[in-house]
Amino acid sequence: MKKFLIGKKIGMTQLMVENGDVVPVTVVQLGPCQIVDKREKEKVGYDAIVLGYGKIALEKLTKPKRGYFVKNNQEGYKLLKEFRPDSIEGFVVNTELTVDIFEKDEKVSVRSKTIGRGFTGTIKRHNFKRGPMSHGSKSHRIPGSIGAGTSPSHIFKGKRMAGHYGDEYVTIHNLSVVGKDLETSCIFLKGAIPGKKNNLVEVFVS
Amino acid sequence: MSAIIEAIEKKQMKPNVADVQVGDTVIVSKVIIEGKKQRIQKYEGVVTGTQGIRSRLSFTVRKIVDGIGVEKTYLLHSELVPEVKIVKRAKVRRARLDYLRDRIGTKATRLKLRD
Repeated sequence: MKKFLIGKKIGMTQLMVENGDVVPVTVVQLGPCQIVDKREKEKVGYDAIVLGYGKIALEKLTKPKRGYFVKNNQEGYKLLKEFRPDSIEGFVVNTELTVDIFEKDEKVSVRSKTIGRGFTGTIKRHNFKRGPMSHGSKSHRIPGSIGAGTSPSHIFKGKRMAGHYGDEYVTIHNLSVVGKDLETSCIFLKGAIPGKKNNLVEVFVS
Repeated sequence: MSAIIEAIEKKQMKPNVADVQVGDTVIVSKVIIEGKKQRIQKYEGVVTGTQGIRSRLSFTVRKIVDGIGVEKTYLLHSELVPEVKIVKRAKVRRARLDYLRDRIGTKATRLKLRD
């Protein structure tokens, strides 16, 4: 990981680029993120940078969280997240990271939570095929056989079945940055990203 | 709709575009890029519907070519659509004139004119 920022998904639209081409884009409002802390290998076993996102008054935080910021004499943040860059040199604590770090036409990765779908069947969750809807068939959306009988006389672990789907972290790689708007600190990523509007999003270059 | 997205879309809108309405007979100029050469293709027909708003607004133009209905959609605010000229305005009662597809002969193009 080289560059990283926390942000929020604003929504999708389309951008007109050169030659009159129209590109579908997702607008992501990034940062500004404060470098709150550095984790060092000698102390915790790995190198990491702690980013704070979303300023919040210290009084609104719980006591343990407030204590953390008060100890370091910092402003409060709603969210703290660790990132593990290749090298933590060059990152200065108590400085801000903004959208500037990403450039146009750069390939970035996005990690965010997908839309929760609740308990879903195998067709939506695993792309199973459904049975015939008519001609006397009753196997409309059932999963079908889940294994052989007496031997092996159990169901193999990892057998794809119905269950909870969505609301999990997914990373999408290789999204290109079509443009950025420094005024609103937004970047425009080509294509869709997981999750709903106002979802928290991590954007990084690996 | 987020205010940020609205601002992005408004920024991309061309000033002084034609007020295209359903039922209008229009002549659309479209830039065609062939290798390094550019030319302008004109296409005349009836607007049978619009899709989207702001910079995303596109419209469908229907025309009968050699007895075969042809529909093309254009992005109003695209730089490849330099001009949309409104020739006639018709009085229509629908947002989409898809019923024209089922009509044959002279009825296929007949619309009440608006003064």
